[in-house]
Order: sequence, then C-alpha cells, then structure tokens
Amino acid sequence: MEILIDIISIICLIGGLFFLFVGALGLLRLPDVYNRLHATTKCDTLGAGLLLLSLALQSSAAVGVRLGLLIIFILITNPTAAHVIARSAYKTGRRPIVSRGNTDD
Amino acid sequence: MNLGSVLDYLYGLGAILVMVMIFMSLVRALIGPTAPDRIAAISIIGTKTLVIITLIARIYGQLYFLDIAMVYALMSFITTIGVAKYLEKGALD
Repeated sequence: MEILIDIISIICLIGGLFFLFVGALGLLRLPDVYNRLHATTKCDTLGAGLLLLSLALQSSAAVGVRLGLLIIFILITNPTAAHVIARSAYKTGRRPIVSRGNTDD
Repeated sequence: MNLGSVLDYLYGLGAILVMVMIFMSLVRALIGPTAPDRIAAISIIGTKTLVIITLIARIYGQLYFLDIAMVYALMSFITTIGVAKYLEKGALD
C-alpha cells in the first residue's frame, strides 16, 4: 500500500512537471496573446494541481487539507485571471490573428 | 534504495526544473510585445512560485510555508486582477 501511494505520487509529479513545461513552452513560442493565454492557463492549472496532489498524497491529514484548499483556490482563480487578461486585451483594441482563408470581417 | 528517498530526490529536482520554467516565462515578460503578454507572464510566474514554495515546504519539513503559499496565491491573484483592470479602464475606480 505504501509502495502504491509512492508510485502514484511519482506519476503525478512527473505529469505535473510535464504540463508546467508545456505551458511555459507555449507562452514562449506561440504568436498571439490569445494563443499564449490558451496554452498557459489550462496547462498551468493542471500542472500545479497535479504537483500539489502529489505532495498531498505524501503528507498527513492537516497538511493535506491545506494543499486541497490550495488546489481548489488555483482551480477557481487561474481561469478567472486569464479571462480578465483576455477581456482587457480585447477591450484595448487587440484582435486575434486569423488564418488567410477566414478574412471575412 | 527505497521509493521514499527517490521521492525526496525527485522533489528537489522538480523544484530546480520549475525554476528553469520560471526563467522561460521571464523571457516572455521581458520581450513581450504588448502589455497583456507581460501580465499573463507575471500571472504564470506567480503560479509557478506557489508550486516552488510548497515543494520547499516538503523538502525542508517546514509546514508553515503552506500558509505563506496561500497568502502568496491570494496576493498574486489580486495583483493580476488589478493590473488587468487598470489596463482596461485606465483607472482603478
């Protein structure tokens, strides 16, 4: 049972690091504000949630409750912040790039 | 070599890797052509810093670092909302 929890924790840790890396790479490589927000907000939420879950599996009950509260807080606030950033980018006149066959506006 | 020591090693390695990802995001915050790029990069850096604080709390066994992580998450969120609202309206009222 101990070994099973350790293996699940290692899998969650590696998955969280992978998603955090994909989010940072998308923030660095994609061409537009909306593309970058699309890449980073989902990958960062899932990666941080997996890493905190991996820590919560290894700890006692009191620490696990605090880490669970942190996961819920990240799940609420990270999409809200991305929504506010995207709305401010749209209200200040920045339009998303469109492909060449889709220029009917 | 059991799995517990492997996990301690992996948590330290993960903290270093998350620090490298913070520097990747900091490049975008420096060269970002528009202001929302920089705000998004700073928000992402805040989330990754929260992960590093919890990993350090696990590595050093200091449990009150988790309360600091909660306060840090709250302040990062408020900062992002405030700067984005200021960019949208031109004033904070």
